[in-house]
Amino acid sequence: MRQSTAISIEFRDVGYRITSGRLLLDAISLTVQAGETLMLLGRSGSGKTTCLKMINRLLEPTAGVVRVDGKAVAQWDVIRLRRSIGYAIQDVGLFPHYSVRENVGLIPKLEGWARARVDARVEEVLALVGLPMADFGDRYPNELSGGQRQRVGLARALAAEPPILLMDEPFGALDPITRAEVQMEFQKLQQRLKKTVVFVTHDVGEALMLGDRIGLMDSGHLRGVYTATEFWRAEDQLAQAYKRVVRAAQQRLGE
Amino acid sequence: MNFIFTHPREVLTLTGEHLWLVGISTLIAVALGVPLGILLTRRPRMKAFVLGSTNVIQTIPSLALFGLLLPLPWLGARADRLAIVALALYALLPIVRNTFVGIAGVSAPVREAAEAMGLTSGQLLMKVELPLASPVILAGIRTAMVITIGVATIAAAIGAGGLGEFIFRGIAMVDNGVILAGALPAAAMALVADLCLGGVEKLLARRSQ
Repeated sequence: MRQSTAISIEFRDVGYRITSGRLLLDAISLTVQAGETLMLLGRSGSGKTTCLKMINRLLEPTAGVVRVDGKAVAQWDVIRLRRSIGYAIQDVGLFPHYSVRENVGLIPKLEGWARARVDARVEEVLALVGLPMADFGDRYPNELSGGQRQRVGLARALAAEPPILLMDEPFGALDPITRAEVQMEFQKLQQRLKKTVVFVTHDVGEALMLGDRIGLMDSGHLRGVYTATEFWRAEDQLAQAYKRVVRAAQQRLGE
Repeated sequence: MNFIFTHPREVLTLTGEHLWLVGISTLIAVALGVPLGILLTRRPRMKAFVLGSTNVIQTIPSLALFGLLLPLPWLGARADRLAIVALALYALLPIVRNTFVGIAGVSAPVREAAEAMGLTSGQLLMKVELPLASPVILAGIRTAMVITIGVATIAAAIGAGGLGEFIFRGIAMVDNGVILAGALPAAAMALVADLCLGGVEKLLARRSQ
């Protein structure tokens, strides 16, 4: 377990109600320690992504408060807040008219870094995700495979050295082998970088593999936050259901 | 057919006038239409009203539009001024519509990523939306230009000059040679404009695909 006790992200009784009146999140309270990887696990529509978007203010809570570094996100200058938070999503959202180099270097450049520093940083983060600058720097997103695009997305999220990383099923669209590769790379990367990561997934295997803790979500509620071992022993119905999924695969192989 | 070759200077002068009418009015339409299209993406409630009214302008027959504007005080004072305003109004719809459609067509993940990365709305517009929408916006300008080249021939009816002069004169004289002296350069102008802008459009599309 982590030694650090600094709280990086905090949800206090957070609710989110859409204009039609439906409650998408109900009284979510949770804390994410600095340097920790918290997985939000749940089925589609359970509110994981909604939670995530509260952190960088893509959505604003209708009840409660979300704090980043002790300060309510509403008090942050929204541009500053977002630039200190990396964001990687399943569809990546690379800018199709920018080369890999330009995609990754955009925020450092907008932050006013000197050109040499931007170039060095772009090369560094691309190397970090296993894409040599010489081979990939000048390619455009449509010249990359799905796995490569995902890596560029991760490099872009890391480029401006944000202490926090938000990831929304970033590997969900990859084929299983590529996914496993990228997951392992991410794991290694995270051991080195120690970012505060909130990671949304519906894949229990991914949650167990990458998470320091797992927040289990169901129809807008947070049912509990567990370490991998706690999750495995949890009485919770949903946790049990996820456990059966893993067991089923294991048993099939054991036959 | 001979008329073109026997009156080269006159043909050139009127072609120049025609180009001037088309060029200025297209410029005005771009200067108004692109910001208006951008505004619509930020204030979607105005969309029905703005696109509706530019659409209505398009449905007014050109001769009627020239006639309608004629009694207006500042406009009616000079024929070319009136023609330019009327032509710009005609050119507005494709430009506004395509600017709106082009920006609205930027894919949701790209927009979300840009927003989440902390681009200001100005940076989002200049660095992402406009470059990605540029082929569509250019296609609108191209349509507008071709329409304007055609409609500008009618401007001669109110004495604004341009190649329409030959066409109206030829009709009055029942002389096909004179009509063609106006129609052929106008058609050539439309083709050249279409080809050139089409080429630029393809270039932009390749860059932003």
